[in-house]
Amino acid sequence: MASSDHTTDPRLLILAPGDNIAVARLEIPADMELQVAGRKVRLQRALGFGHKIAVRDIAAGEKIVKYGAPIGRATADIALGDYVHNHNVASDYMPNTVVVEAAP
Amino acid sequence: MSDVTMRGWRRADGRKGIRNYVAVAYLVECAHHVVKEIAWPYREQGAHVIGFPGCYPNAYALKMMQRLCTHPNVGAVLLVSLGCEGFNKKLLERTIRENGRPVELLAIQENGGTRATIDKGRAWIEARLKELSQQPTEPMGVSELVVGTICGGSDATSGLTANPAMGRAFDFLVQEKAAAIFEETGELIGMEGWMAERAVTPELGRELKACVAKAARYYETLGYPSFAPGNADGGLTTIEEKSLGAYAKSGASPISGIIKPGDIPPRGGLYLLDVVPDGEVRFGFPNISDNAEIAELIACGSHVILFSTGRGSVVGSALAPVIKVCANPRTYARMADDMDVNAGRILEGQADLDTVGREIFDLIKRVGAGEMTRSEGLGHQEFILTYKSFEPIGPACLPAVA
Repeated sequence: MASSDHTTDPRLLILAPGDNIAVARLEIPADMELQVAGRKVRLQRALGFGHKIAVRDIAAGEKIVKYGAPIGRATADIALGDYVHNHNVASDYMPNTVVVEAAP
Repeated sequence: MSDVTMRGWRRADGRKGIRNYVAVAYLVECAHHVVKEIAWPYREQGAHVIGFPGCYPNAYALKMMQRLCTHPNVGAVLLVSLGCEGFNKKLLERTIRENGRPVELLAIQENGGTRATIDKGRAWIEARLKELSQQPTEPMGVSELVVGTICGGSDATSGLTANPAMGRAFDFLVQEKAAAIFEETGELIGMEGWMAERAVTPELGRELKACVAKAARYYETLGYPSFAPGNADGGLTTIEEKSLGAYAKSGASPISGIIKPGDIPPRGGLYLLDVVPDGEVRFGFPNISDNAEIAELIACGSHVILFSTGRGSVVGSALAPVIKVCANPRTYARMADDMDVNAGRILEGQADLDTVGREIFDLIKRVGAGEMTRSEGLGHQEFILTYKSFEPIGPACLPAVA
């Protein structure tokens, strides 16, 4: 795990070591090419401020970890660089996920 | 810059205050105007207005007023009654006197009405302010501090910058044996399992979970949604994620106990203040606005309140300085005059959490040494107290130190 292999675009903020997601410091337009944990990723969609992107591959059923704390679990396999929101994450607390088309 | 010596006024119960205020209290709304008039000319010299508006007695409000009037930042108390309200004013007066504070109780009906009571009240305050200005201070250590934390006017930045930075400041405080209090159990839903693991005993862990379950029930009964579509638009995916933002204020220290409004932490450490009433839902929302919670944190002995805001709250408080930590850099640019700390620098990549956490910790010490916060300088002295009901805390809530 050489740190030089894990360069991440400064527009993304990894909140705590060990987190598997990063949040956008500002809005990043769609199709933008970003460096995420050393790999080049093309954004499938615009990333709104505070929205999340995977910084490593996350298997379905794995916990999503933000600030070192679990915020839910993956409902599908999530690849590094994928957008992470209620289409691929469910709460461990409330059985129903709020289905809302998230604004960019 | 960390070598600031705090100075405190020692009170009869051994606690020290970082301010030496005269509290001017109305014991029913009918006495509020007279109290405002009495205090107004002295508002910049340390006369602070507090009070309870209700005519019907309430055990919670009495306890709150007893704790507030004997708060270490308070040096003297003027109580103003209309005369016929239900508040147990004699008991409140006795509590203050037994705590070694000068106290005067003026009933408007017995003192010739509005004008005569204002004149008497002002004469009393002038004499007390003169005395208080002569009282000596003593050096005060961080371990003697109680600090409360709250967030208000939150936005998507609050949980990313200001709240976790205040959490770091809490860690620094707890390391130096201060008491640090966090609250808002209604905003910890989904975090209780995680939080219970930080409890110093398994029994306390169970109580922490029960506390959040009570809040969830209470808010559900009121029909108050925990997770709104707007949260998802802001990038928050689950209730856990939303709660995490508020929970981050607590930092990473072990949780030493649960207290209720007016309970004073028995020693240093991190405490959860349970602000949600016990029993069936009565009297409406647990806290109708941020200052209701601030007043409760102060009644628990908080000398200073850390207040995180994203959209930009401007409030301060009666009796204790409020330090405003602004989470959003754009809000900071618009309202810098109201903000003590710019945690939005974290989002702009200009500072990290430790730096801002340390900055907050250092500012607490400077405020303890007499420096005024922005809201103090602007004259903010908000206060609100309404009806509530609580059962006393159970034995598992404050485990004895091993």
